[in-house]
Amino acid sequence: MIRIYVSTVIDASADTVWSRIRDFNGLPQWHPAITDSRIENGGASDRVGCIRHFHTRDGGMIRERLLALSDYEYSCSYEIIESAMGVENYVATLKLMPVTDGNRCFAEWSAEFDCAEARERELTSTIGDGVFQGGFDALKRHFSRR
Amino acid sequence: MLQRIVRSTIIDAPIERVWAVLRDFNSHEQWHAVVERSRIEGGEKSDRVGCVRAFTLKDGNRIREQLLTLDEREHKSTYCIVEATVPLQRYVATVTLKPVTDGGRTFWHWESTFATPPGMERELREMVAQGVYEAGFENLRRHLRTGNDLQARGTTPMPTALPLPSRRVVLRRYGGPEQLVAEDAETPAPRDGEVRIQQRAIGVNFIDVYLRRGWIPAMLPLAVAGVPGMEAAGSVLDVGPNVGGLLPGDRVAYLGPVAGAYCSVRCVPADWVVHLPAAVEDETAAALLLKGVTADYLLRDLGRVGPGTRLLVHAAAGGVGLLVCAWARRLGARVMGTVSSEEKARVAREHGCEHVIVTRDYRFADAVQRHAGGADVVIDGLGDAARDENIAALARRGHWVSLGQASGPLAAIDPDALLAKSLTFSRPVVFDYVATRAALAERADRVWAALADGSLKLPPIERHALAAAASAHERLESRRTVGALVLVA
Repeated sequence: MIRIYVSTVIDASADTVWSRIRDFNGLPQWHPAITDSRIENGGASDRVGCIRHFHTRDGGMIRERLLALSDYEYSCSYEIIESAMGVENYVATLKLMPVTDGNRCFAEWSAEFDCAEARERELTSTIGDGVFQGGFDALKRHFSRR
Repeated sequence: MLQRIVRSTIIDAPIERVWAVLRDFNSHEQWHAVVERSRIEGGEKSDRVGCVRAFTLKDGNRIREQLLTLDEREHKSTYCIVEATVPLQRYVATVTLKPVTDGGRTFWHWESTFATPPGMERELREMVAQGVYEAGFENLRRHLRTGNDLQARGTTPMPTALPLPSRRVVLRRYGGPEQLVAEDAETPAPRDGEVRIQQRAIGVNFIDVYLRRGWIPAMLPLAVAGVPGMEAAGSVLDVGPNVGGLLPGDRVAYLGPVAGAYCSVRCVPADWVVHLPAAVEDETAAALLLKGVTADYLLRDLGRVGPGTRLLVHAAAGGVGLLVCAWARRLGARVMGTVSSEEKARVAREHGCEHVIVTRDYRFADAVQRHAGGADVVIDGLGDAARDENIAALARRGHWVSLGQASGPLAAIDPDALLAKSLTFSRPVVFDYVATRAALAERADRVWAALADGSLKLPPIERHALAAAASAHERLESRRTVGALVLVA
């Protein structure tokens, strides 16, 4: 089992950042690596169990199922049900925590998955540096410009 | 009504350093201004879950609190008040730390729930939120900024700022082993970004021999103190300013691109240093760090060795050779090796080398071609005497990795010599594969994990006293040793 953990501090309140990332169908609006997304069967994007079907900038298609969504804990968990990445049992969680001394929040994005041993490094880098840190960097840029 | 208080902040220090303070249930009198005195009742250890601390506060109040949870993995500590002169009822608090991975800082979350007598809610909420939590954030910041956490309790800052006596081995001039001479010296206090290490075991590598011979003068200029050695293991004596995550007493090993390890006390940049798991002995670490990390990058990065790869390892019973054989076998490779004696052949086989070629005259290409139809990757520490044989032993699109040159520096290679079979040639040096602290830690962790799960078998370790470094070099150059050599300080 591979575990990836990436965290950062974003200069906006947890409420503000959460409103930008809460929409399970909203990746293209904030994540630079995602081009388009839809919820399968036209369902609501905050219905736990819904499936998002999206494409990455390099043309890859990924389907992910929403496993947990908490407006109380600013947290969202999901699993990959179809992708060409070569991962199995992939479950990820994106979570915010308020930093009470200042208008900022702590954000963490973690994942656990299985893959062929030879691909561990590449996938760790693609997911950890590319997807997770790349997403955080975009959020940090967005909230520092305001 | 149950009150809930949450306060959180970001501390500009790595989580290891913040946690080292907060995990100690008895540490508050050292850093929190509201606490006058703290002791653990019954003389228990402060990390025993269930222990009770007795606080006397600056304002005269007394509080007894019990440790309910101590979680090293989640960096979490939960405790409750069992008795207090302030009317906090059913008070349960949790401290949680999380690493901020893009910047080496720490997120600190502190929360509690409690009840109060009617009418005292506001007063007690303010006391907990501002008087204890927010003040605590500021107090701990100051504690870390002044480096107070880096001093062992009950000791004065000295002798941290003083030079310490050290025994070292210097190279008088480039040449044979007899040029290595032991002498007394002093090791200054660690400077900015450095740690001072009490070394107990020092790794001996072929690069030390090359440096001694004067083959790489840039790495060991004799105008400065000519002390060889690239790696050692021991424990941290003290740390200089701006060093995070390392504390006096930590068991560590290091590996770095500047020579100087043949000594008993040394200052090195903290970026070279890795923590040692409890299961890894000093001598094991000194024997394995450079060689194991070398095996890791050779197999994973450079050689891309996997199932079915035909691998030829020269000096297969040497320090690096045994590690490469064992690990490559575990990765599914077909491992061939050359050695210079039957005794070494036996050890190489024990470590996973399936097809051993015993040769004393650098002839092996025919044997490799007959056995496997050529090698996809050659790990070569032999150097010039084996150059033509290496080219002949390689399969089509084979990769020749020139790691060392025990027989003499490689003469220039005509690019067209590679053309006939589309060969590639690499001349790596380990330091480029561990250029950051994170890269070094990642590779070292893989080596210790491989040792623990049996992917790597501990090679035989030959020990020499530090002062006898000359005889260790003689042994290494004699081609009679098996496995790794370490100097014991």
